[in-house]
Amino acid sequence: MNVRKLPRFLIAVVLFYIVVEVLYRTEILNGYLLHIINLSLIYVILATSLNLINGITGQFSLGHMGFAGVGAYVSGSLTTLILKLSVTNPASMLPFLLSIIAGGVVAAFVGFLIGFPSLRLKGDYLAIVTLGFGEIIRTIFNNIDAVGGPRGLLGIPKFSNFTVILVAAFLTVVIIRNLIESSHGRAMLSIRENELAAELVGVNTTRYKVMAFTFGAFFAGIAGGLLAHLIQLAHPTQFGFIKSVEVLIMIYAGGVGSLTGSILAAFGLTFLSEGLRLGIRALADATGLPIGGEWRMVVYALLLIFIMLFRNEGLMGMRESRIIKNVEVD
Amino acid sequence: MKKVLFVMALVVLVAASYAQDIKIGGIGPVTGEAATFGISTKNGMTMAVDEWNAKGGIFGGRKAKLIFEDDKGDPSEGAIVWNKLIQQDNVVAIVGTVMSKVSLVGAPISQAAGIPMISPTSTNEKVTLVGDYIFRACFIDPFQGTVGANFAFNDLKARSAAAIFDLGNDYTKGLAENFKKQFEKLGGKVVAFEGHPTGTTDFKAQLTKILQGKPDVIYIPDYYNDVGLIAKQARELGFKGPLVGGDGWDSPELVKIGGTAVENGFFTNHYSSEDKRAIVQDFVKKYKAKFGAEPDALAALGYDAMYIMLDAIKRAGSTKGAAIRDALKATDINVVSGRIKFDENRNPIKSAVIIEIKNGKQVYRTTVNP
Repeated sequence: MNVRKLPRFLIAVVLFYIVVEVLYRTEILNGYLLHIINLSLIYVILATSLNLINGITGQFSLGHMGFAGVGAYVSGSLTTLILKLSVTNPASMLPFLLSIIAGGVVAAFVGFLIGFPSLRLKGDYLAIVTLGFGEIIRTIFNNIDAVGGPRGLLGIPKFSNFTVILVAAFLTVVIIRNLIESSHGRAMLSIRENELAAELVGVNTTRYKVMAFTFGAFFAGIAGGLLAHLIQLAHPTQFGFIKSVEVLIMIYAGGVGSLTGSILAAFGLTFLSEGLRLGIRALADATGLPIGGEWRMVVYALLLIFIMLFRNEGLMGMRESRIIKNVEVD
Repeated sequence: MKKVLFVMALVVLVAASYAQDIKIGGIGPVTGEAATFGISTKNGMTMAVDEWNAKGGIFGGRKAKLIFEDDKGDPSEGAIVWNKLIQQDNVVAIVGTVMSKVSLVGAPISQAAGIPMISPTSTNEKVTLVGDYIFRACFIDPFQGTVGANFAFNDLKARSAAAIFDLGNDYTKGLAENFKKQFEKLGGKVVAFEGHPTGTTDFKAQLTKILQGKPDVIYIPDYYNDVGLIAKQARELGFKGPLVGGDGWDSPELVKIGGTAVENGFFTNHYSSEDKRAIVQDFVKKYKAKFGAEPDALAALGYDAMYIMLDAIKRAGSTKGAAIRDALKATDINVVSGRIKFDENRNPIKSAVIIEIKNGKQVYRTTVNP
């Protein structure tokens, strides 16, 4: 392994951190843009972890936000209902981080439970099972009064900040990258390429599929916890099927199997959605046409259709940026 | 150097004295599952702003500028637009939003930034409890249940009642519980109190149990689609008495689904377009002329919420958050949905109207004061 290459990604992330912090402190970057960056980073975690399941291992999960919901509710219940942490107390940061990790662990356990029986299924069938699972999770939250039922879990303290979210996103990408570059990752890739052939050369396909699901669910749980502590609410509707599809769109727009693509798409699509908000407003003001903000979702959808038509392998295809790659493999 | 400073100071002075528009943020779900609610609300807000501007602005010749954002009825999106309006557009106040789950995300952001906010239609009690900058223009759930019980007992002369509600929906559950409490307090008897799971379409099991108690009225505080089905099935089982409900009934779809079964039905609502007060008739006329549709309760509340906010800014004579908040607290104003004052939790003390379903039409019956 080349030592010079090793910390490239770390350096990039540290530079990003410094730039954002400086711009924010000097008030060039306002709280709105910082919020969008935070949201993008949470989507980076969601997209890269879903990519591990869908892109690397070649399975098709439609219930990713269900895992995020588990993380959000577990960590939110811990910080809000059980530990009753307060943001003003600096000693609360450690229990908060532990709560987030607990949320991830429970989500991973649920992913493991779901993965075990259902990963014997393939393709469309698996997609249906994961879709059903996501809806079950949502319905369960809807019916537990202790966590707010249909009103959602309220009053979650706002612990998630730029630093915490960036570190979590960085660790997620590094861990998933290292996993992919390890022998386990090779086994996962072989399942994607040809499951039968993988089985014939001795890869325990069920084991690796469950492993992908468990890891993916863990990081989704982390992302869900961070999201709940960013917007101070965990609500059943946030973790439904539509939201899972949003993440799915990100990995397909970025390129299935490319972490770089997932990161770019998470930022790109989140900013695009906001950019269109401002763009359409400016267009309406300039031309006097009666076009409202509701048109931005039309434009957004059109752009996605164009990406799929003219670049159906996604922005990055299966390629990985040199910044993210740890070892050179071709 | 001094000259440069002098010129700069002059420029600043001139710029400051030049009347700037007062930016008000408006938020509502104009796309997504609650889109019809959002569009009505937006229309109401726009109309209020236009009226104030036509009258010559808010104060000191300064006009209001509405910056409206779509929250899609989604809490995450709510967090984005609240941040955008406060941080990017520097609005002085926010009027929004429709759904409680989204207002609950926005309220802490408004509170932390010291930007007063008034929600037109978020009925969840917890919204205004977030802090002293958060107000609402609609009455909250307990109030509707209480009014419904008063009406059933006093006007309909019912002495026994039954309630059926959705177990998975806090709105209907809250209304049913408060109806029961008030009805029993008045001396009536609640013979059955039946919950059903969300998504039920066959209510006969619950209704059979209810009818065994022979209630004078059935309280159905649900949304119009469920109400239509429940009413039909209750009539099929032979119930002839009146049905009472809440503002979830307010939709033209109710009569389409329920048909003649919803006749002899009454519900509590925020406003009726048939209310004879001049302010209501004026509003209805202008709204129809502008948008070509009958204003529903959401349009009225969107209009009212914006009107209350602009009135507060005028009385504050300032765009400072704390000044507007204090003016909001002192609100005492006649708007479309009644005369409004705020209680200590910044909920409005106001009247409710009772609407009757007669020959497939919504007919104004009476106004009930708190």
